[in-house]
Amino acid sequence: MTSLGSVGIVQAQRASFGEALPLSSGAVLPGFELVYETYGTLDERRSNAILVCHALNASHHVAGTYADRADSEGWWDNMVGPGKPVDTDRFFVVGVNNIGSCFGSTGPASINPATGKPWGSDFPIVTVEDWVDAQARLADRLGIERFAAVMGGSLGGMQALSWAIRYPQRIASALVIAAAPNLSAQNIAFNEVARAAILTDPDFHDGHYYARGVKPVRGLRVARMIGHITYISDEQMGEKFGRSLREGLHYSFAPEFEIESYLRYQGEKFSEYFDANTYLRITKALDYFDPAAAAGGSLAKALSAATCPFLVVSFTTDWRFSPARAREIVKALVDNALDVSYAEIVAPHGHDAFLLDTPQYHAVVRKYLELLSP
Amino acid sequence: MTRILRPDFSTIAGWIAPGARVLDLGCGDGSLFAFLRESRRVTGYGIEIDDAGVLASIGNGINVIQSDLESGLAGFDDQSFDSVILSQTLQAMRHTEEIVLEMLRVGREAIVTFPNFGHWSHRAQVMLGRMPVSVSLPYQWYDTPNVHLCTVADFDAFCAAHGFAVLERVVLHDARRVSWLPNLLGSLAIYRFRRR
Repeated sequence: MTSLGSVGIVQAQRASFGEALPLSSGAVLPGFELVYETYGTLDERRSNAILVCHALNASHHVAGTYADRADSEGWWDNMVGPGKPVDTDRFFVVGVNNIGSCFGSTGPASINPATGKPWGSDFPIVTVEDWVDAQARLADRLGIERFAAVMGGSLGGMQALSWAIRYPQRIASALVIAAAPNLSAQNIAFNEVARAAILTDPDFHDGHYYARGVKPVRGLRVARMIGHITYISDEQMGEKFGRSLREGLHYSFAPEFEIESYLRYQGEKFSEYFDANTYLRITKALDYFDPAAAAGGSLAKALSAATCPFLVVSFTTDWRFSPARAREIVKALVDNALDVSYAEIVAPHGHDAFLLDTPQYHAVVRKYLELLSP
Repeated sequence: MTRILRPDFSTIAGWIAPGARVLDLGCGDGSLFAFLRESRRVTGYGIEIDDAGVLASIGNGINVIQSDLESGLAGFDDQSFDSVILSQTLQAMRHTEEIVLEMLRVGREAIVTFPNFGHWSHRAQVMLGRMPVSVSLPYQWYDTPNVHLCTVADFDAFCAAHGFAVLERVVLHDARRVSWLPNLLGSLAIYRFRRR
């Protein structure tokens, strides 16, 4: 059923790029494919396009549902649609799946043209910058010279930041939500534990598990469980689960506390649809992201290339990418005398708040985009 | 879009050089900044803590940074603004002295406006044994956000004690300038000052 404000039934599209893509690592991807979705209509001047960048576990499927699956709502459906903060009656919204992903764009499970077999571990490590370069090729293909906005939350916000630095002429505004200018040691530590869980799973087989018909699901489950803990605030977890038990204590290692069964469920669900090689690569892309590093450690210097106005948003209980990290971005933008507005949203949900619809959050995004005149 | 222009706006605008880089502390809905942008083509930012103010400022198309002035201006470098404005917010701040020092760290000049507690009507109400309520102080003692009220004479002494050079001082009542006995007859004080 199509609800009011939904983009309705959507279909993924696919674009192939024959020209090799040079990567940050020095490796070269010999051609690649991107899957993407679009909502709304590109205007005659091709000036009303908004690129939505996805975070760790999401995809090009930002909004709407697929005809053959009623429960297939896009990951940012509360944000994107007719009359929604990112209003598809005004904007042409593009959702794109990044390279290295497991949702259709070229990634570790794709066939390596050199061997005729799945890439597996031989798929190169890709970075936020590589993703942005690939996205720029898609923009070329769609005839979009300049996006009215590039936006994203978390790792998606990092891509918006990277767009502003790498392609300042091609972006009229950047919306950087629940993001950080780089990962803290603690952030990297959580990622490393997640990777260790995958890498030590006996079914991992050095990343070449596709041919063996197995998947390192145990490692992937644990990786997701760890990640999930960091997405929620202590407060929210306490409120939602507290010390509640499912059915009393059994003095065993079966899940007894509600939080245990919740994490196991999340891990289980995730391991069914996500690919371990992709998880390893996306967490690496997070770890490596550090635009300041290439500018002698100065984020202000890194952002001196940027020219567009920014909206930066953080959430009070987000301890993964805290408001203090967002303020580092704001400071660097102010140092460059760039236009920036910053909203610190009071929300109890932790990092996950960027996917939810706290009224002030959605009102700020809506208001900011309303003033854009593509 | 209709905006209520407060009486201090035009005085402030007169003290801002065209194209100046301005920081407006406690910018509310951004109407002062929007006024300065239109009349003086200023650039810069407003700072506001309140959600509704942030949203309204974004709606007015100004750069607004959501932040608590009580924790200072750590996100801004020394001497990075031409003017830092604190319009009718001083009296509601807890860290009053600190914010004024921060204003002159970040900006070359500070502009501060505040309701004059020394106005005769306030003095008369205190004489009669009541806390003053007036157009410039429209609150009851129990619901007022104001915690640091002062008079024109108090602020003169504050500037002298801190070694600030008062470049201009205008005292208004009913949007008209009061030159004779300003601390008695004026209800709104507007100062422009800098470090000596």
